[in-house]
Amino acid sequence: MTRLQSAAELEDYRAKLLSVRDPAKPCIAVCAGAACDGLDSAAVASAFAAEIKKQAVEAKLDFRVTGCHGYCNKGPNVIAGPGDICYFEVKPEDVPDVIACTLKGEVLDRLVYRDPVSGEKAVHMNDVPFYKHQMRILIGDIPRIDPKRIDDYLAVGGYASLTKALLKMSPEQVLAEVKKANLRGRGGGGFPAGLKWETTRNAPEKTKYVIVNGHEGESAAFMDRAMLTGNPHKVLEGLIIGGYAIGAQQGYIYTRHDSPQMAEHIQAALVQAKDLGLLGKNILGSGFDFEVELHFDVGIFVSGESSALMRSIEGHTPEPRPKYIRTSVSGIWDKPSNLNNVETWANVPEIIGRGADWFTSIGSEKSKGTKLVSLSGNVVNSGVVEVPMGTPLRTIVFDIGGGVPDGKAPKAVHLGGAMGGSLPISMIDAPLDFDEMSKLGAPIGAGGLLVMDEDTDMVEIARYLLDFLVEESCGKCVPCREGMWQMLKILTNITQGKGRKFDLDRLADLAEVTSLGSLCALGKTSSDPLKSMLRYFKDEYEARITAGSQAQ
Amino acid sequence: MSENKIDSIIEKYRGKPGALIHALTEIQHANHWLPREVLHKVADALEVPFSQAMQIASFYKTFSLTPKGRHEVHVCTGMTCHLRGAAKLMEKVQELTGLQPGETDAAAKFTLEAGSCLGSCSIGPELIVDGKHYGRMSPEKAEDVLNRYE
Repeated sequence: MTRLQSAAELEDYRAKLLSVRDPAKPCIAVCAGAACDGLDSAAVASAFAAEIKKQAVEAKLDFRVTGCHGYCNKGPNVIAGPGDICYFEVKPEDVPDVIACTLKGEVLDRLVYRDPVSGEKAVHMNDVPFYKHQMRILIGDIPRIDPKRIDDYLAVGGYASLTKALLKMSPEQVLAEVKKANLRGRGGGGFPAGLKWETTRNAPEKTKYVIVNGHEGESAAFMDRAMLTGNPHKVLEGLIIGGYAIGAQQGYIYTRHDSPQMAEHIQAALVQAKDLGLLGKNILGSGFDFEVELHFDVGIFVSGESSALMRSIEGHTPEPRPKYIRTSVSGIWDKPSNLNNVETWANVPEIIGRGADWFTSIGSEKSKGTKLVSLSGNVVNSGVVEVPMGTPLRTIVFDIGGGVPDGKAPKAVHLGGAMGGSLPISMIDAPLDFDEMSKLGAPIGAGGLLVMDEDTDMVEIARYLLDFLVEESCGKCVPCREGMWQMLKILTNITQGKGRKFDLDRLADLAEVTSLGSLCALGKTSSDPLKSMLRYFKDEYEARITAGSQAQ
Repeated sequence: MSENKIDSIIEKYRGKPGALIHALTEIQHANHWLPREVLHKVADALEVPFSQAMQIASFYKTFSLTPKGRHEVHVCTGMTCHLRGAAKLMEKVQELTGLQPGETDAAAKFTLEAGSCLGSCSIGPELIVDGKHYGRMSPEKAEDVLNRYE
């Protein structure tokens, strides 16, 4: 591949790609996302490859293995085009039939979606209940892209926003657009990304860094992985644009070591972007130089915290530090370092490409754009979901999620993982909005949404979450290390029927001290699930303690 | 695994103290554990104190300072798997292998780990053996799966 020297060369390259691609040509996309992979989608994919070769229909049928389509529990997922026909639970023996129907432009009836109650069919993606209530701006392209081929990303309009930013806009204009869009950080805090960028941009040091936080240590959160594995170039494009706006020369992608497929896709994306001249010196003749390096977390939750993550990139143990001076001013090797989450970066090309006004037309009053949600737990349809901010939880849990399986009643929804909160099902009409959810005591966090059925023991859930955090504390702050341990002891006693009269007061005390005396969010918010439970499910706790003391 | 392979990984990072975690991760992936003499070699080559190599190796959960079994068995204990009965699955796997999480059996067949969430929540509860995912596990099915490994 030759390096592209200008925007015109990139557009020529894209035009050539598109000239040999026919949108009406039959195509088949097999999902290789985390869940489908676990359901052996690899066997389905190799069956397709073998059958296509056997029938010698390569010229008539496009075939690709893609990232996560979204509807994970119906995997292995296959989407046939044109027309986005969704086939679910596809097995290797179904492959010849799928190919035959796709080539004839027909629908293979037995593999399409059927409503579990009415038996009504849904053939196309937009008709399937799981997909039809979504707005898939960030993840919509994933079924159209082989993540290891940059050409596929270019064919759907990729890197056009980068060209626009580098060649038609000044860094100040890019920054102004992101600020105007009011893009808020998707990693948990909801802090305005534009303001963070500006702080790093204005910091006096010349060397600056931008970082993708793809650590995603939150339990039951898998949307960032789906994004980064399924469409790594979109995140990379956002990062390069951010680097340009901020004035950084070096970017880092920090992600998990335990997902070999994700590492492979990111590495391929970096190599291909560099070969094409979208990374490196003088990108597209703009005079902007930018390099990206990939780093791995090696297995501890706290390394997703910004200052700990930066210590880890430097090659040290990931212990958070006080943030009297923010990492956006003094981060990696004491240089200004702007860190955003995978999903935040993925929004950037959309904002630059379509404009801040378009972006702010989606979402609620103070939370703009869409939000990726990992929907799981006791729910019929689980998977990766993208909805406009402000969507009522009811839409996500019932219309998209299909409610609770096995005829059980829903009891609660839990958001934000181990440092999030639980809401009773009576509050299901609350909107998915940063501020509204925080007020209710169940902040969105990164976007893990769990549904819990009537059998769920809320005391046990709080104990379980603390048990997880106790193991993950780095141990630097004593109140975090020891306070959580004490809380865990009390909760364990309550679950074992050994609760005592003043346990809830003791828990409240410990929770307060742990929050006040810890440097990072792990300790500060470790008791948030407990607080939400004591707010909404106090009866359950009191009943357990009373039952326990009577038994003694 | 051959000493040559470890040496070639170390050579790649010679003189680069910042690459300590990279080097240890690669050796861990290839060799499944970090012998003390290897940590010494890494520390010397990368020009970091041995104590720093030890600090990193003992802090992160991925690194193991003891040999592992031929097969690494993870029972996911993430939140969705937990809600869907991971505790019962774990009990059964413990009974079948005779191991507690973190332990390796005397014949070095299995190492059992209580794995953190790997993001395949939709098909939980999950058993992962040597990186291969077995979704929608029940205690009964777990026995079949483990029997496949020699």
